[in-house]
Amino acid sequence: MKNLFKLFSIIIIIIASNSYSFAAEKVKYLKTDWSFKGLFGKFDRASLQRGYQVYTEVCASCHSMKYLSYRNLSEPGGPEFSEAQAKAIAASFEVTDGPNSDGEMFTRPGKLSDKFVMPYDNVKAAQAANGGAYPPDMSVLVKARGGGVDYIYSLLQGYEEAPSNISLDDGVYYNKYMYGNKIRMAAPLLDGLVEYGDGTNATVEQMSKDVTTFLMWSAEPHLESRHQMGFKAIVYLIILTILVYFSMKKIWSRVESEV
Amino acid sequence: MSDHDYRPKSKVGQWFNDRLPLLTLANHLTDYPTPKNLNYWWTFGGILTFCLITQIVTGLTLAMHYIAHADMAFESVEHIMRDVNYGWLIRYIHANGASMFFLAVYIHIFRSLFYGSYKSPREIIWILGIIIYLLMMAAAFMGYVLPWGQMSFWGATVITNLFSAIPLVGEGIVTWLWGGYSVDNPTLTRFFTLHYLIPFLILGLVVLHIWALHVPGNNNPVGIDIKKPSKDTVPFHPYIVIKDGFALLMFMIVFAFFVFYAPNILGHADNYIEANPMVTPAHIVPEWYLLPFYAILRSVPDKLLGVVAMLSAILILAVLPWLDTSKIRSAVFRPLYKQFYWILVADVLILGYVGAMPAEGLYLLIARVATAYYFLHFLVILPVLGFKEKTLPVPLSITEPVLGGSPNLAAARNKESKIE
Repeated sequence: MKNLFKLFSIIIIIIASNSYSFAAEKVKYLKTDWSFKGLFGKFDRASLQRGYQVYTEVCASCHSMKYLSYRNLSEPGGPEFSEAQAKAIAASFEVTDGPNSDGEMFTRPGKLSDKFVMPYDNVKAAQAANGGAYPPDMSVLVKARGGGVDYIYSLLQGYEEAPSNISLDDGVYYNKYMYGNKIRMAAPLLDGLVEYGDGTNATVEQMSKDVTTFLMWSAEPHLESRHQMGFKAIVYLIILTILVYFSMKKIWSRVESEV
Repeated sequence: MSDHDYRPKSKVGQWFNDRLPLLTLANHLTDYPTPKNLNYWWTFGGILTFCLITQIVTGLTLAMHYIAHADMAFESVEHIMRDVNYGWLIRYIHANGASMFFLAVYIHIFRSLFYGSYKSPREIIWILGIIIYLLMMAAAFMGYVLPWGQMSFWGATVITNLFSAIPLVGEGIVTWLWGGYSVDNPTLTRFFTLHYLIPFLILGLVVLHIWALHVPGNNNPVGIDIKKPSKDTVPFHPYIVIKDGFALLMFMIVFAFFVFYAPNILGHADNYIEANPMVTPAHIVPEWYLLPFYAILRSVPDKLLGVVAMLSAILILAVLPWLDTSKIRSAVFRPLYKQFYWILVADVLILGYVGAMPAEGLYLLIARVATAYYFLHFLVILPVLGFKEKTLPVPLSITEPVLGGSPNLAAARNKESKIE
């Protein structure tokens, strides 16, 4: 057993040294309590729904979310809009479909099975409309950035007057959390920019938190079932390990040797 | 061993076994005499078998949903993560499984280095192991390309470009590898094909690895030859089966932690950005398990020599049984080697660390010193140590570890035969 402890401590040191080497670029991000972190982490439903509102009213005019479908909005583990609500949301978008029997493309109201409608037809159109910068797709954005949710949360609140020694071109803004501090996106959030249906005060901080929660869900739609299954799996493994340990002790008691 | 005397009890069994001796094989595997003093470092062989099977099973399942096309690969991975039933679970097991596989294989290799398991008569087991390790690296590298994220694309570009360092034919070889003039769809489809093939080659080599192991039998922490079967050994079943099972379960707890609670911590965030040939990431880094070799590659200023150094760092292991001149296997009885062993472990960890850092300034200097020491260990320290080192008395058998200890194996064997 002594060796076993040595072994495990070495594994942990290796893991720690590796994760440390990846966390090399250290920036102090703003912290907040994320309900989805930890062993039993779950999304805050109301926050997800508010986050969707922020996304669709603010971000969606430039940022696509091409891997999500409207049906996802009513699926368990997500914002859990009712099916009727999700249908109404889908129907509020115009979707290009076709070709029909005459060979013509046509538009129709969105259905649950449709993917989120994209703000631009293609990357070039998006760049043309945004001064050459492509607003990244937001489906997995949280996982595609080193700092994850903390980074996105901080970035949304990180707009400041540029220090006097930094000169900014037209259409470029200063953000203290952005890599290189220069960002093409103007500060997207202002206090009271959206009006929350549930009466929550729409401060920049609150909206940042809600929309980041929504982005975490969009990147990891099965996070809740992953946490639930993980807890069960690990408890099961620990119990089994203990049982096997005692069986092993019993079996090895037949020979004069230590295990 | 009792292998050849084995006769199944039932008539049907005998009839079958006379035609295909599978039952004899099963009996051999059950009875296989194993040193009873094996510690937990020896459980990683079984753990690695589990890792290989896990990768193959999850990999097959992923291949049913994955689309190997430059325009669709990234999207198909997202499809797996979102819409395939438990697709997220299968993919996270596969992705973290690769890391767990390498974690286990590094422990397995360093166990062998500590206890001298590569020495006569186990050289073939060791060389087969090195070939498996090389194939694992190839499989892991190509697997990392398949999601077609930014690190996939640029990692593939950097690594395949290494071949251009070969004089005269280099450029031609790179074009041939790519199937075009840059990393593109033909590269992806061939990497997918090879990524699918290599695990089965590994499986075949694992069978040979175990076969070769079963000829001389296991080495052990004391590192002496033992009589088999004897009071120094226990049958593989149930003793080793249950012990390996216990260690495997402990390993699975660590594995499960990563899969369920930190599935992306070992990967790079940039790989969730779809591959874009027009945008180069700020730092191109391989997966953690390849970092020490990446550090060696970058520590040499010349491209060709860097590639040579990186390949030599792996291939030097294949001739290790002849570089290590000491007759004593286990580091337990080699006080000096034991210290150099831990320095080597630290050296490799340092290489891994600087491999993740930008190759400049102090990091580059550290990488160069660590690279030089890596080769120094194998090419100078080990050969010289065998002649210079004063080893401790080696026991005659596992059951009588101290009595009548003798400084070398030959004398120990002599004494043993006299006692008999």
